Amino acid sequence: MFESLTDKFTDVFRKMSGRGRISEQNVKDAMRDVRQALLEADVHYKVVRQFCDDVVAKALGTEVIKSLHPGQLMVKIVQDELINLMGPVDTRIYYVTPPPTVIMMAGLQGSGKTTTCGKLAHFIMRQGKHPLLVACDLQRPAAVDQLTVVADQVGVPCFRMDGEKNPVKVARQGVQQAVSMGRDVVIIDTAGRLHVDEEMMKQAADIAQAVHPHQIYLVCDSMTGQDAVNSAKEFNERLELDGVILTKFDGDARGGAAISVKAVTGKPIKFIGVGEKLENLEEFHPDRMASRILGMGDIVTLVEKAQGQFDAEQAAKMQEKMAKGQFTLTDFLAQMKQMRKLGPLKEILKLMPGMGQQVEAMQMDGDEITRMEAVINSMTVAEREDPTVIEANRRRRIAKGSGTEPEDVSGLVKSFSMAAGMMKQMAGMGTKDRMRFAQQMGQAGMAGMTPRFKVKQRSHRLTKKERDKKNKQKKKGRR
Amino acid sequence: MALFRKTIEKIASGLRKTREKFFGGLASLLRGRRLDEGLLDELEEKLIEADMGVATAMKIRDDLKAAFAEKRITQGDEVIDFLKQELKSYWPAADRSIHFAPTGPTVVLVAGINGSGKTTSIAKLAWRFKHDGKKVVLAAGDTFRAAAVEQLTIWAERIGVDIIKGSGKDPAAVVYDACEAATARKADVLLIDTAGRLHTQDHLMRELIKVRNVVAKKIPQAPHEVLLVLDATTGQNAISQAKAFTAAIDVTGIMLAKLDGTAKGGIVVAIRNEVNLPVKFIGLGEGYEDIEPFNPEEFVEALFL
Repeated sequence: MFESLTDKFTDVFRKMSGRGRISEQNVKDAMRDVRQALLEADVHYKVVRQFCDDVVAKALGTEVIKSLHPGQLMVKIVQDELINLMGPVDTRIYYVTPPPTVIMMAGLQGSGKTTTCGKLAHFIMRQGKHPLLVACDLQRPAAVDQLTVVADQVGVPCFRMDGEKNPVKVARQGVQQAVSMGRDVVIIDTAGRLHVDEEMMKQAADIAQAVHPHQIYLVCDSMTGQDAVNSAKEFNERLELDGVILTKFDGDARGGAAISVKAVTGKPIKFIGVGEKLENLEEFHPDRMASRILGMGDIVTLVEKAQGQFDAEQAAKMQEKMAKGQFTLTDFLAQMKQMRKLGPLKEILKLMPGMGQQVEAMQMDGDEITRMEAVINSMTVAEREDPTVIEANRRRRIAKGSGTEPEDVSGLVKSFSMAAGMMKQMAGMGTKDRMRFAQQMGQAGMAGMTPRFKVKQRSHRLTKKERDKKNKQKKKGRR
Repeated sequence: MALFRKTIEKIASGLRKTREKFFGGLASLLRGRRLDEGLLDELEEKLIEADMGVATAMKIRDDLKAAFAEKRITQGDEVIDFLKQELKSYWPAADRSIHFAPTGPTVVLVAGINGSGKTTSIAKLAWRFKHDGKKVVLAAGDTFRAAAVEQLTIWAERIGVDIIKGSGKDPAAVVYDACEAATARKADVLLIDTAGRLHTQDHLMRELIKVRNVVAKKIPQAPHEVLLVLDATTGQNAISQAKAFTAAIDVTGIMLAKLDGTAKGGIVVAIRNEVNLPVKFIGLGEGYEDIEPFNPEEFVEALFL
């Protein structure tokens, strides 16, 4: 499994904080692990070297060694430096008067320019503006069609000149079109190009020369490796970028490119693309990002995400139920369904403070949740409301209905009642206590306490052949 | 012979920057120096800069150190030859060939994350197989991205091969039709395009598994090849991608796209180490003829030209 930076950092500082007192050597040793973690996250090696030197110097300067909580202080220094490295970020888009504000997108092939054009148009529309998309990617087959479809989905017009071979001309006409249509923002999609392709880079510069964009954004794949610095540098020199949009951030890449690109160009990351849907463009927050990297959780993002999905009234009702200990399997099922809307459970849990390391240990994969749902779905309403009525016969029926084993059913019921008890306890606490409680639980092995199956390895349903074989054995046994 | 020279030239020009950046710098770095810890550190950084990853770089560093301890190498200048040998040994000849079906269509399933270069790579593969005298049919299995089908259709027209398109949004249905059509038209090769998907998206990976299952059901022994298209600029996340796609659809090889930039594609070394996947083809440009079978000899040789 991909070792995330978060786990690495947490590990390093747990080791450190366990020691109590820290020597200069300790700081350097810890930074060696930090270095490796950053390199594995694809941060450019030169940037890593500089970063580590800075942190060590700062740590020694602030006398981390003599401080009471050296581990915590180190975390703070590393976090601050990370934020410094990625920030400051200004995610506002400055609109000009008189309109239109011209925005140009550039980047390597496959970085996600066309999709991002659509997302940005959607984002700008929500700010009350009226963008026009201009299709200047005349290189890739059907790229113009793609932008047209994307524009359609967003609900904005798309300017295209079929048969035209010169993107500079299209860009120029596109801006004129915006003026005559009364659109106040123009977003220009350009062809993907290699930064070493002299001809194509000149073309990009020509487009910029022709329409004088107010903003030029580099679209960069968050999975890019060490080469990110080379391409970003070249694009910045040729086009004088205003900002960077990192795409495909919803994967499991740690996005070290974010740090590298900022370091070599000095241009901030403005937005991140976090999904396939057109609304999946978010503002970039270096502090949240640093917290996420450091395993301190990203509770702000989590809350924002949750607010988008949860019905406040329903949530209040749930909480009340939890507090009274009336939380049933029916509610649990409903919650699981809502959680799914938020995205993969693992990703959500990673956003919770103190949960970073536990996620791996918990092994809450999608399959297991699906099977838990199946088990609950195979229960009658009465059984869901009061699982204590489930005896051997019912258990067998439920197992059969959900394609699991009777032990799975009892395992789920048992751990659910345990979890329900804990929820009741937690509901009575203040936020601070609750967080502490969650962390304690994490350390005490929360893994065993959440509702889950006892038997983990049963990830596949038996095939017909295996089922027949098993039944035969059963019959034999009875005789 | 002419074709062979063209190959060398293409890789050479594609890798020129790579060479200058990496091994060119390496030669001057090593000249006349003794192999000490300081030099090893610098070497390790060079390997990391080529996206080989920390683990792989450290492994190569250890190998170098061992060779030095055993007096197999003493001077910096010998390091390059040592690295050449070491890198070449990563890709034995056996696992680089395409596995063709004895009878009926050979099915090649192509997958990868968004923007890795799947559709262009399929065009290149189609051209290559057609060039070899095979009858090729394309399946437009990317029903998700806007205009992906149009993009592949344009390629199919340019190259002159058949393409099977579906009417709906279900890639499995398109692939089902394509399998039937390929069999009926007695095609030699069926190339299946799929929508780009992040390997962390469970439901999309399940969709891919379904596509694979449909293929396996329609044509026995198929898919004969499952190619993962990797962007050469990808960093360490490529390992994660290779693992996830292999777990889902049993990848048989890698098509390394976009090797004509400054990116080194060194990640394939790490992938060979950790997931044991061979590289089968490399992509070197935007035209359909810009494809070459991966040849480690040439690959490594070209690095040092």
